[in-house]
Amino acid sequence: MQSQSNTSSLQSLVDDWSAEKQAFQVPWGKLMMWIFLLSDTFIFSIFLTAYMNVRISATAPWPNTSEVFALTIGGIHLPLILIAIMTFVLISSSGTMALAVNYAYKNNKKLAVKLMLATAFLGAMFVSMQAFEWSKLISEGVRPWSNPLGAEQFGACFFMITGFHGVHVSAGVIYLCIVAAKILAGHYDGRSLHIVEITGLYWHFVDLVWVFIFALFYLW
Amino acid sequence: MAIVDAGTAIADQPAHMHEPTGWFTQYVWSQDHKVIAIQYGITAIFVGLVALVLSGLMRLQLGFPETFHFIDPNAYLQFVTMHGMIMVIYLLTALLLGGFGNYLIPLMLGARDMVFPYMNMLSFWTYLLSVLILLASFFVTGGPTGAGWTLYPPQAILDGTPGADMGIILMLMSLAVFIVAFTMGGLNYITTILQARTHGMSLMRMPLAIWGIFVATALGLLAFPALLVSAIMMTLDKLLGSSFFMPAIVSLGEKLDYAGGSPVLFQHLFWFFGHPEVYIVALPAFGMVSEVLSVHARKNIFGYRMMVWAIVAIGLLSFVVWAHHMYVSGMSPVFGYFFATTTLIIAVPTAIKVYNWVLTLWRGNIHLTVPMLFAIGFIFTFTHGGLTGLFLGNVVIDLPLSDTYFVVGHFHMVMGVSPIMVLFAAIYHWFPLISGKKLHDGMGKWHFWITFLGTYAIYLPMHYLGFLGVPRRYYAMGDTGFTDTSVQSLNAGITVSALIVGVAQLIFIFNLIYTVRNGKKCERNPWHAASLEWQPAVYPPPHGNWGDKLPIVYRWAYDYSVPDVQQDYIPQNVPQDAINELSKPRGKSL
Repeated sequence: MQSQSNTSSLQSLVDDWSAEKQAFQVPWGKLMMWIFLLSDTFIFSIFLTAYMNVRISATAPWPNTSEVFALTIGGIHLPLILIAIMTFVLISSSGTMALAVNYAYKNNKKLAVKLMLATAFLGAMFVSMQAFEWSKLISEGVRPWSNPLGAEQFGACFFMITGFHGVHVSAGVIYLCIVAAKILAGHYDGRSLHIVEITGLYWHFVDLVWVFIFALFYLW
Repeated sequence: MAIVDAGTAIADQPAHMHEPTGWFTQYVWSQDHKVIAIQYGITAIFVGLVALVLSGLMRLQLGFPETFHFIDPNAYLQFVTMHGMIMVIYLLTALLLGGFGNYLIPLMLGARDMVFPYMNMLSFWTYLLSVLILLASFFVTGGPTGAGWTLYPPQAILDGTPGADMGIILMLMSLAVFIVAFTMGGLNYITTILQARTHGMSLMRMPLAIWGIFVATALGLLAFPALLVSAIMMTLDKLLGSSFFMPAIVSLGEKLDYAGGSPVLFQHLFWFFGHPEVYIVALPAFGMVSEVLSVHARKNIFGYRMMVWAIVAIGLLSFVVWAHHMYVSGMSPVFGYFFATTTLIIAVPTAIKVYNWVLTLWRGNIHLTVPMLFAIGFIFTFTHGGLTGLFLGNVVIDLPLSDTYFVVGHFHMVMGVSPIMVLFAAIYHWFPLISGKKLHDGMGKWHFWITFLGTYAIYLPMHYLGFLGVPRRYYAMGDTGFTDTSVQSLNAGITVSALIVGVAQLIFIFNLIYTVRNGKKCERNPWHAASLEWQPAVYPPPHGNWGDKLPIVYRWAYDYSVPDVQQDYIPQNVPQDAINELSKPRGKSL
C-alpha cells in the first residue's frame, strides 16, 4: 500500500511537471519573483559562506560581537540590544505584510495599502537603526580596512553584508511605496491584486535573510 | 490531454502586445523578442570580433617574438585577459542565451513573446552598457586589466599588473552590470519556458534546444551570484583597502597595508561560478546541435529522454566539480580526490549525449548542408576537447600539465571551438527564419572547411607543446633548457593557421551582409523542419509570432521519416487526422 501511494504521489509530481502550458498554477509574475529570490538566496548564501571562511582564516582575533554591539541605556549594560530591537521591528513588519496580503485578497484595498505603508514604515525604521549602528561603529574607529577591536575583516564583512542587506530593505521600502501608490491610483483590481503577494514574497525573503545574518554574524 | 481553458497563463497574457508604433520602437526600443535577439546577436558578434583581433595579436607575438614592437609584455597580458573574458562572457553567454535563447524560446514553444517583454528589453540595454564599460577600459590610463580572465588576487589588484589602476575596476563593474542584465533576461527565459508554452507543448515535447537553454539559464541564475559576490569583494579590496582576498604582502619592496585575507577563497568563489559557466555555454550548444543534426539527417534525435536527463544531470553535477580548476592552488589534496571523482562522473552523461548524436546520424539520410557540416564538426571538436578533459580531471595527470599549452588546447577545443561551431551551425540553420533568406552555400562551405581544419592546425600542436612543458600566458619563451628550437617553429605555424582562420571569418561576415542585401527570398521552411519555430506563416515571423490563434502542438519536435507517411516530416502542429490524409498515396510527395 505504502509503495503504491508513493508511486501515485510521484506520478502526480511527474504529471504536474509534464503538463502542457504551465508547470505551476501561479501567475507569471509570482513565479518570476520566486525564481529571482532563489537566485538572490545564492547571493546571500555566498556572502555568508565567504564571511565564515574569512572569519576562520583571519590572522587577528575576531571581536566579541555581543560586546561590540552592546549599548548602555540608563546605566544598564545591554549586549546586542539594538540588534534585538531591529530584529523585532523587521519581524513585525513581516506580520503587517502578511495582513496586507490577506486584505488584498479580500479586495479591501484601503486596508491593504495602509498595512503596506505600515510595513514600509517599519522597514524604514530598521534602516534608520542600522544607520545608527553604522555610525556608532564608525565613531569607534571600525573601518572596512582597519579595526581597533581585532581582525580588520570584521569591519569589512560587517559593512559589506549589512550594507547589502540594507540596500535590499531600502529597495523593498521603495517597492512597497510604489505598489501601494499604484493600488491607490487604481492600477490593480481583483485578481491582479496578487501584486501585493509578490511584493510580500520579496519582503519576507529580506526578513528571512536577516535572521541568518543575525544568527551567523551577531550571535556566532 | 485536456486543454485547460483560460487558466492563469491565458489570463496573464497582456491585453496589448506592445505593438511597435514607429521605426524607433520597432528596431531600437523594441520589446519584441526577435528584435532583442538580433540586437544581442549583433552586439555579441561585434565584441567577439574585437576578441578575435586580440587573439590574432597574441599569436603574432608568440609566433614571431621580437618582431612587433607595439606588443610589449603588458599589452600581451591585456590581450590574453580581454580575449578570454570577452569570448566566454560577452560573446558566448550573450549570443547563446541572449541571442538564440531570446529568438527561439517563444517561437519553439508557441508563445507570442517573453512573459515580460519590457524587462527583456532592459536586459539588452543593460548588456550593452556592460559591453561599453568593458570596451571603455581600453581607453583609460593603464589600459584594460592584464590579470588573466580568472582575475586571481592578489596580483589582479596590485601595482605591476597591467591595468591595476582603472582597468580592473572597470572589468569588475562591467561584470556586475552584465550579471544584472543576465538576471533580467534569465528570469524571463525560465518563466516563459515554465508557464507560457502553448496547448500540447508539454515539457517532454520541448525541443532539446529549449531544454539546453532552460538548464543553462538556471545554472546562470545560481552561478553568477558567486561571480557577483567575488566582484564586490574584490572591488572593496581594491577601492577601500579591505583584505578579503589579500594576505599580508610585500609588493615592489614595500609592505602593503593588507593582512589576513584568503586568496584561495577567491578561487573557490570564482570557480563556483566558472565551472557552471562552462556548461552555461555548452548546454544551449548541446541542445541546438541536436536540432540541427536531427533536421539535416532526416531522423528523430536518438534517445530524446536520455538527452533531456543528461542535460539535467550535467547541470546538477556542474555545481560540484569546480575545484578541479584548483588542483595546484594549495587546497587540501583530499578535495582533489573528491573533485576528480565528480569530474569523471560528469563524463558519463556527456558521453551519453555524444553517443546519441552519433546514433542520430547513423543510417540517417544525411544532407551535408552547411549547418550540418558545422554540427558534425562540433561532434569532432567536442569529443577531442572532452577526451583531453579526462586527462586534466585526474589530479596526478593534471599536476604536470597545469598551466601549460595542453590546458589551452583542451579548453579551446571543448568550450571555445565547439560552441562556436554550434553557433555557426545555428546561424546558418536559422538564418532563413530570421531574415527570410538563405545564406550563400558556397561561401558557407569555404567558411566551414577553413575554420574546421584550421582549428585542428591551431590546437592539436598546442597539446604537444603542453606535453613539452611550454607554459601558457608567457609573453615570450626566450632560451630555456627544456624546449627545442622546433617549439618556436611550431608556434610560428600555429600563428599562421590562426591568422588564416581569423581572416576566414570575414567570409562569414561578408556572407551575412551579402545575403541580407542581395539574397533572394527563400521558400518557407527550407530545411523541412518539424519543430514549431518554422511553422509561422511568414518569415521573419511578425510581432506576436502567430497571428490570431496560437498553434496547438500534437507531437514532439522530431517526427522525421515517419513510416507510411508521404511527407518525410510532420510538423509539431499537425493533428493526427491530417496525417492520415497526408499518408494517402499521392502523385507527388511534398
